[in-house]
Amino acid sequence: MADYIWLIPAFPALGFLINGFLGNRISKSFAAWIACLAIFLSFLTSVAIICEFLQMPPTARIFEMDIYNWIASGEFSVPIGFRIDALSVIMCLVVTGVGFLIHVYSIGYMHGDPGFRRFFIYMNLFVFMMLLLVTGNNLLLMFVGWEGVGLCSYLLIGFWYEKDSASNAGKKAFIVNRVGDFGFLMGIFLLFATLGAQGVWTLKFGEIQQNAHLLNGHLVAIITLLFFVGAVGKSAQIPLYVWLPDAMEGPTPVSSLIHAATMVTAGVYMIARLNFLYSMAPATMFVVAIIGVLTAFFAASIGFAQYDIKRVLAYSTISQLGFMFVAMGVGAYAAGIFHLMTHAFFKGLLFLGAGSVMHAMSGELDMRNMGGLRKKTPVTYWTFFIACLAIAGIPGFSGFFSKDEILWKAFSSSQGHMLIWLLAAVTAGMTAFYMFRLFFGTFHGECRASEEVKHHIHESPRVMTIPLMILAFLSLVGGYVGIPHILGGGNCIEQFLAPVFGPTTHLASTGSFDIISAAWASAGAAGHDGSLELALMVLSVIIALIGISIAYVFYVKNPALPQRFTAKCARLYHVVHNKYFVDELYDLIFVRGTLKAGGFLLKAVDDGMIEGLVNGTAATMKRAGDKLRRIETGYVQEYAIGIILGAIVVVGYLIVAPMF
Amino acid sequence: MDIISFKGVIFIVAALVAIASSVLMATRRNPIHIALWMIVVFFAVAVIYLLLNAQFIAVAQVMVYAGAIMMLILFVIMLVQVEKGEEAGGARGETPRLSKMRVAGALITVILFVEMLFGALFYRMTGRGGDYTADAVNAVGNVKTMGSLLYGRYLFPFEIASILLLVGIVGAVVIAKRKK
Amino acid sequence: MFQEIPPGLCFALSGVLFTIGAIGAITRKNVIVIFMCIELMLNAANLAFIASGNALSSMDGAVFVFFVMTVAAVEAAVGLAIFVMIFRLHGTVNADDASLLKG
Repeated sequence: MADYIWLIPAFPALGFLINGFLGNRISKSFAAWIACLAIFLSFLTSVAIICEFLQMPPTARIFEMDIYNWIASGEFSVPIGFRIDALSVIMCLVVTGVGFLIHVYSIGYMHGDPGFRRFFIYMNLFVFMMLLLVTGNNLLLMFVGWEGVGLCSYLLIGFWYEKDSASNAGKKAFIVNRVGDFGFLMGIFLLFATLGAQGVWTLKFGEIQQNAHLLNGHLVAIITLLFFVGAVGKSAQIPLYVWLPDAMEGPTPVSSLIHAATMVTAGVYMIARLNFLYSMAPATMFVVAIIGVLTAFFAASIGFAQYDIKRVLAYSTISQLGFMFVAMGVGAYAAGIFHLMTHAFFKGLLFLGAGSVMHAMSGELDMRNMGGLRKKTPVTYWTFFIACLAIAGIPGFSGFFSKDEILWKAFSSSQGHMLIWLLAAVTAGMTAFYMFRLFFGTFHGECRASEEVKHHIHESPRVMTIPLMILAFLSLVGGYVGIPHILGGGNCIEQFLAPVFGPTTHLASTGSFDIISAAWASAGAAGHDGSLELALMVLSVIIALIGISIAYVFYVKNPALPQRFTAKCARLYHVVHNKYFVDELYDLIFVRGTLKAGGFLLKAVDDGMIEGLVNGTAATMKRAGDKLRRIETGYVQEYAIGIILGAIVVVGYLIVAPMF
Repeated sequence: MDIISFKGVIFIVAALVAIASSVLMATRRNPIHIALWMIVVFFAVAVIYLLLNAQFIAVAQVMVYAGAIMMLILFVIMLVQVEKGEEAGGARGETPRLSKMRVAGALITVILFVEMLFGALFYRMTGRGGDYTADAVNAVGNVKTMGSLLYGRYLFPFEIASILLLVGIVGAVVIAKRKK
Repeated sequence: MFQEIPPGLCFALSGVLFTIGAIGAITRKNVIVIFMCIELMLNAANLAFIASGNALSSMDGAVFVFFVMTVAAVEAAVGLAIFVMIFRLHGTVNADDASLLKG
């Protein structure tokens, strides 16, 4: 099986090529099924690999394979190679599994769109790039995937490119991402140079991990900080999150796949992949955690005052990504990946559900014009409800286990801090509130839509509802692979990921280096603090229930209450509703600033110096010519004088020269 | 004092005549006078050629220069009908700038003269002597020697010169033809 | 009694004639007079050739003078034809009037 790991990215690439070249000659549905088949085959391969993994001892679960020697320069070589270990295989399963469901959903959603084929071409390309990102065995290949998903994000956000807002959103996403990518590149360069200074010329993850101890602490802190800048851009944290809400201009399956389940999690994956470096730099980890929790809180607050259902979900994504970074920041890498997985399930489902609602309401996006959809779109209603319960962290659903793991580690780990836990817990409550605000507003109450929209409300076709149901099932049971010890489970996912994160979990628990004893130590610590963990768990559930009930009161029992509230705090509402004017601030500083700098350079440097230099040379030549022209007077005798002058010089030379 | 020999005396006289005539020539107003003084110069120079054992050239000088060329010039002068003074048609006055320039040029020419004098009087001739000593040439005859050289060693330039003369004739006729 | 003329004197004489011819060519206004001064310069050069041919016992000087005379004759013919044309065009033979080359 190890020889077949290259098939995982190869299938979507093949699908992309087939659809790309033959697209116009094959029928639309055939193109769509090719795309879906490609992803499904990748999914099957990933399943086969994980099955094989489970039969192997934990330390042997690494398949690495180099296909082609891309860069070979003396000692340094960068191959095109793939590495499947516990981390990659989980990512592959998430990407291909959720991706497959979304592809199937898109067949129904994009039905009738003139760019139907183009959509599947771009989607396959995206999955290929994402798989390259997660299976690449060196930083350069990972960066290729990183850039590739950014490109596909741009292409898909601006899918309906005739709309100005869509193409602008695509540009915004790409440019803001670029800022992050710059940091990422600087990180690669610095890592390469500093390792090289120690004599190790490589960018492969395995070799970096073996030689990481050669680098000194400050250097590692800077390198990891630079990589984190890249993660901030790709995963939409403060201050580079501004592209994600605008990215909702793209079709809803795009929002679901790229901006919920997979691309935005690339930053989290990157930190997980480089966990050995991050564990050497506690300062950076602290920065990561702080930014994560601040982003989570900030984005959740914005979600309170948005009416566009996709925007609410976008801010919710930013907030949940903040949670994942909190996990990474406190050293709980496995918990972060776990939450990544469950988030893919329920957030993907939420977006697909929103798409289904839009499909039913003929494209309506504003929550204030919806309502009363419970009876008319039952499948959408119940699956959306399950997803909301999952994201709120109600026990039994997947979100509960992953979020709670993060909260516990934020509180208890050696890198964690009580304030981080506090803010994260408050944010969890806020999440519950605004998600149920969305839910109640969209599905409950009177239907506030216009008559003809009401007339057309219908449930989505089966090709759209079946993926919804599958994702709802996963949102329900997906968490059971991570049941923590104190509740009787074995926390399988953490153990599964231990070989990847293992040598560093000592930071999170006790301080021993041995993998086995670390696992026991965490179990023991859990037993020691078991009551504390249980208490915190109960506390977070209570907070979630409070959030849900407040939403219920505001939006179901007493719909007039929100109006009175916003009237009383009008100014605060205004600020929050306008997303704290961050976009306007960026426009003022960066956009106008760049334009002004460009204008200055145009006038001072281009017109003044360069044109002046060129024109000045020409003018000087002209003036010199004018002066020299006076020799040509037109009078022949004066020319004769010139000849005689020349003769004087020559004869003079001939006379004088023999003397020396 | 080997200047004071028969040849030397004649040389000095001829030289003085040449110089005086040329000075006169350069300063006359009437072009006819200038032409006539020019003829005197040519004769004086021909005399000097004789003294220098170039008999053929001396005669050629008289025939070609003093004879043909000066006649040509005299014809053209009369054709152009310049009467007294040179300002025929150019009755507008000299612009001062031009005459200053030319006076300066004339003064500069003196520098050239000084250099030439320097070179002439203080430098020895260092060439190797040839075979055509005066006695040897005179034994055969100057014209005969010239002829044998022109039709022998210097045949090619000779023919070219004849073509040149042809071209000159044709050119002069073409240029001066009146358009019908 | 028939000694050779010292070549230095001949060169000096040639220089004098040349300078007088040059000054005349620069200073005069009538183009025909300028032409005659140029002929004077050519003569001075001829004299120098003959003198050096004599001093070096070589006939090359005389042959060269032969060709110079040929060229001078051609030049006189063509040049005077041009002067006639100029006279026809401008009505004058003033050198200052032929300043079309002014640039």
